[in-house]
Amino acid sequence: MILFTLGAVATDAGGLLQTLSVWAIPAMLAAIPLWGAIRGVKVYETFIEGAEEGLQLAIKILPFLIGMMVALAVFREGGAMEVAARLLSPVTKPLGFPPEILPLIIVRPLSGAGAMAVVTDLLKLHGPDSFLGHLASVLMGSTDTTFYVLTVYFGAVGIRRTRYAASVGLIADAAGFVFGLLACNWFFR
Amino acid sequence: MMNKIWLALLLIGFGAAALTGKVEATTSGALDAAKAAIELTLTLAGVMALWMGIMKIAEQSGLMEGLARLLRPVIGFLFPTVPPDHPAVGAIVMNLSANILGLGAAATPLGLKAMEGLQELNPEKDEASEAMCTFLALNTSSFTLIPGTVIALRAAAGSQSPSSIVGATLVASVGAFGVGITVDWLFRRMARLRR
Repeated sequence: MILFTLGAVATDAGGLLQTLSVWAIPAMLAAIPLWGAIRGVKVYETFIEGAEEGLQLAIKILPFLIGMMVALAVFREGGAMEVAARLLSPVTKPLGFPPEILPLIIVRPLSGAGAMAVVTDLLKLHGPDSFLGHLASVLMGSTDTTFYVLTVYFGAVGIRRTRYAASVGLIADAAGFVFGLLACNWFFR
Repeated sequence: MMNKIWLALLLIGFGAAALTGKVEATTSGALDAAKAAIELTLTLAGVMALWMGIMKIAEQSGLMEGLARLLRPVIGFLFPTVPPDHPAVGAIVMNLSANILGLGAAATPLGLKAMEGLQELNPEKDEASEAMCTFLALNTSSFTLIPGTVIALRAAAGSQSPSSIVGATLVASVGAFGVGITVDWLFRRMARLRR
């Protein structure tokens, strides 16, 4: 009975989050300009200003995308990815991680644009709506570029001894990967 | 670090290609990937421009300040060593708000301002203070309400439902955030015991 209730609650929460997923974007596209207009923002001009920044950002990450996507293609097409996946399968299999996701786990804490390239590669290869595509997207969204953040923030104020900050960041990233896998198994299996 | 990883991918990749006799396929794969990156950027640029345009309206309409007001009470709990009226507190809440709303570009300058404030309170100028470690933990495990960049990537890759991952991402990032805060608290306790 308790199990049944828990199951029902879990499905309800899942349904709610799925509804949120579908409505998140349309709601934002309507609500944010409306809110802006109420607050007296020149919505169209502000939108254009932001869109310009978006274009610049896309151009800025292009070199990263080319560099990473080419290197990943070389690694995969030559057969090295298969070998690496087989070597790592004793570790990844019990955890339930698809070995294809490994490059993302390695690159994610180091380079945001590099990780975007890895995700793009996975989406292109396996399809954005496959389990692997969902997993890559969720892992990208729920973790951060730990080493980059540490370097920039500590570097800016001249901190040399960072104590336990890197460990905390990496443990949080690892937790993001594990929770991401669990969440994907829950939502998309 | 990225230098080594990139070089390793290329060298191991071509080394394996030489062993398996797939050198030609690997070369054409590499050239195709460069072409695909350009095509992808064109699609991506459109979605990203749309997203950042909307988020700029959110920024200008004071959404960040509103969220910052809601978050302020939490700060005293997370940063016991920072006086509640110190200017660092304002920068910290604004940085968190920007992160939660997915405004990455706005978050970094605010974060740097927060670090400067925390450095003022720091007795040892070349060593990270407890408050700094907590702030970094918040930033490295920062959770975002709407992962705009990932949605843009999925849309560019031709997804039927680019935003389908919002719910699962929220679950995963709340989990990561909780672990980050808890581990930071544990490490702080351990460091205090050792001194």
